[in-house]
Amino acid sequence: MDGIAGTRSTLTWVVHITVLLLVLAWIIPTFGLFVSSFRTADQITGSGWWAALFPSTQNEIVRVADPDDFRVADGDEFVVTGNLFGEGSSKEISVWGTSSRNIDAFTAGDTADLGDGETITVQANGDYEWRGNDDQISGRGQRVFVTAESDPEFTLRNYDNMLFDEDNVEGMANAFFNTLTVTIPATIIPIVIAAFAAYALAWMDFPGRALLIAAVVALLVVPLQLALIPLLRLHLGIGIGKGYLGVWLAHTGFGLPLAVYLLRNYMVGLPRDIIENAKVDGATDFQIFVRIILPLSFPALASFAIFQFLWTWNDLLVAKVFLIDATGETTVMTNRIVELLGTRGGNWEILATAAFVSIAVPLAVFFAMQRYLVRGLLAGSVK
Amino acid sequence: MNPAIQGLLTIVIGVSGCVGYFYFSNQLLDKVLFPARGEHAGRNINRANMVRPWLFLFPAMFALGLYLAYPVFETLRLSVTDRDANDAFVGFANYQQMFGEAKFWEAMRNNMLWLIVVPAAATAFGLLVAQLTDRIAWGNVAKSIIFMPMAISFVGASVIFKLIYDTRPVDQEQIGLLNAVWLQFEGGIGSFLFLQVLPALILLSFAAIVAYVGYLYVRPFVDANESPGGPLMSAFRIVVGVAAAYFVYLALANTLAVLTIELPYGEPQTWLTIPFWNSFFLMVVLIWIQTGFAMVILSAALRGIPEETVEAAIIDGATPIQIFFRIKVPQIVSTIVVVWTTITLTVLKVFDIVFAMTNGQWETQVLANYMFDKLFRANDWGVGSAAAIIIMLLVSPILIWNVYNARKEMS
Repeated sequence: MDGIAGTRSTLTWVVHITVLLLVLAWIIPTFGLFVSSFRTADQITGSGWWAALFPSTQNEIVRVADPDDFRVADGDEFVVTGNLFGEGSSKEISVWGTSSRNIDAFTAGDTADLGDGETITVQANGDYEWRGNDDQISGRGQRVFVTAESDPEFTLRNYDNMLFDEDNVEGMANAFFNTLTVTIPATIIPIVIAAFAAYALAWMDFPGRALLIAAVVALLVVPLQLALIPLLRLHLGIGIGKGYLGVWLAHTGFGLPLAVYLLRNYMVGLPRDIIENAKVDGATDFQIFVRIILPLSFPALASFAIFQFLWTWNDLLVAKVFLIDATGETTVMTNRIVELLGTRGGNWEILATAAFVSIAVPLAVFFAMQRYLVRGLLAGSVK
Repeated sequence: MNPAIQGLLTIVIGVSGCVGYFYFSNQLLDKVLFPARGEHAGRNINRANMVRPWLFLFPAMFALGLYLAYPVFETLRLSVTDRDANDAFVGFANYQQMFGEAKFWEAMRNNMLWLIVVPAAATAFGLLVAQLTDRIAWGNVAKSIIFMPMAISFVGASVIFKLIYDTRPVDQEQIGLLNAVWLQFEGGIGSFLFLQVLPALILLSFAAIVAYVGYLYVRPFVDANESPGGPLMSAFRIVVGVAAAYFVYLALANTLAVLTIELPYGEPQTWLTIPFWNSFFLMVVLIWIQTGFAMVILSAALRGIPEETVEAAIIDGATPIQIFFRIKVPQIVSTIVVVWTTITLTVLKVFDIVFAMTNGQWETQVLANYMFDKLFRANDWGVGSAAAIIIMLLVSPILIWNVYNARKEMS
């Protein structure tokens, strides 16, 4: 509707570039962590993650193979051959040297004279040949300073380590299943309870209905911080203690206001005719609810399910208070990550991977069900 | 028992229990208590219909009451009792103790800062993106990407941004994006323009906008053509005017500070330990997450604007900027308020970000984290509950406003 008149093409360009910049600003943080999770610890500390996207030039000090084990007699000379980077490397040497003061003395393919007939030749791919007499080719291997360009390198080892290594006490596999165990019942149970209540608030007439709806709207904004101590006390008092049952109940309680509010707003908009016809035909309220209202309310049910799923999956506070006991057996992923932030603050290969393991599932849900999420947001914000 | 099996069992028991409850309680009502036959059939149907809503509502009401309503009063009670003295009533002693703590006032100050900056920034960015993406072909892709952080946990986002703020010693390669960018600035004229003049201009334009809004509110007092409204409205206008004057003063003072500051060029900074500014680095995380929410709601509101109003403005020769600020924004003000209050609620409860990134050190404490600290580290339930009540008090204006609006809408 803006393109009808009065828009200039320069303005359009400004719009495109502004949006592009905003999108970049929003995606780069996540992308940086994502890239980091595929790099080794050395790579991460050696250069910023952005450097991993391009072929990089690095200076390295390499020692050729130990002459005592690998030298081969060639006439009255001895030779050690091999590859500086090991076989199968993609690095390409541009310049190299044999002294730390002169690391770019030779280009790839040159032969360096080390004095008294001792020589070393280094090719671009890292192949070398070190040649000299019995005395020279002994002791420790010759040092070579190389400046090499290597292709971007990524590894899946971090994920392997964090998810599938049984011996890794910091692994995420256990926490992943704990999170899943918390999430699924905490998503499904409030839906069932809320759906019946929402139907009553939407389609049944009884005194006090308006008051109850107002109460739900009020409870929608009550900070759950207030509930922590009284409920923990209650749980400890009635013997639930800290554990899954407690966290399921807590999530159910905290999720209910939004569930009732969303579902009630949706159900009230369903066509009155259908419900009245069914009543005339002799259907009971229970039948109407199960056969008509529930199937028709699927979009609202899906919206709330996504909300509750994201919220319980990403939650830290409720899990810390109601679930995780002193043994730490039942830790969830968010809590594990916070612990790692404390103990492994600088080990980004661990942190990045742990964070991505926990982010991956909500992101997948997000992209698959975005439509319902948007719909839920639009219906759920109090107007 | 394996927790996964326990979980499955809970789903089965929970769901079938709920459904069973609803089914059998209805059966009981219709067949046993008030059967729709015999001599009182009509009366029984009426009675059953009077009871039935409460059957449907009971589980939800019970859970809501126990898990949200009861704790409000229980926390209120705990905040005036002493746990160590067998829950004896101690009046306002806990509050007094809390008000005497520097950490509490630090948390309050930071929370106020959060309350101003985060909703404003998230709403502004959301509105900007909603408006701009409306006009371009790849707008939906852009929206998806900006919406994406909504799915990321606060903890995950904290890790993401900790990597950005990471600091290495001066002789090593910087792996944090912010320090890498920061070290590009050498202190020349470019650095001065970008890091001092540009922020100063932003502050000045902020001051101008606030001054204009403030003027709009107090204008009725000086302009004879307009009426300030009732006493309540007059009071509101004065409050807005005073607040605006204060913010203009703050912005101008900071403009001067920004222009004259000596920046430590060439040294990598540990961003999260710089007092005052580190709070802003934490706020960025929440703004990054909440902008998508604001964008989605505001985008829908912008689409709901009647096209005739925009077309009429175009025909009258309005520029796109004028159309946006004078035609579109006034029509979606109520939605902007909704977005603003919703983000305000999130800000008041923000806990995970501070907990994971600084845990309140280096003067970044906020109320929710202060409360958690008191409850579970200091084990001081009295002061912790008092802090929770403060959060509740800050939330209550929004609570009342929401309930008022919801009731107005229904009647």
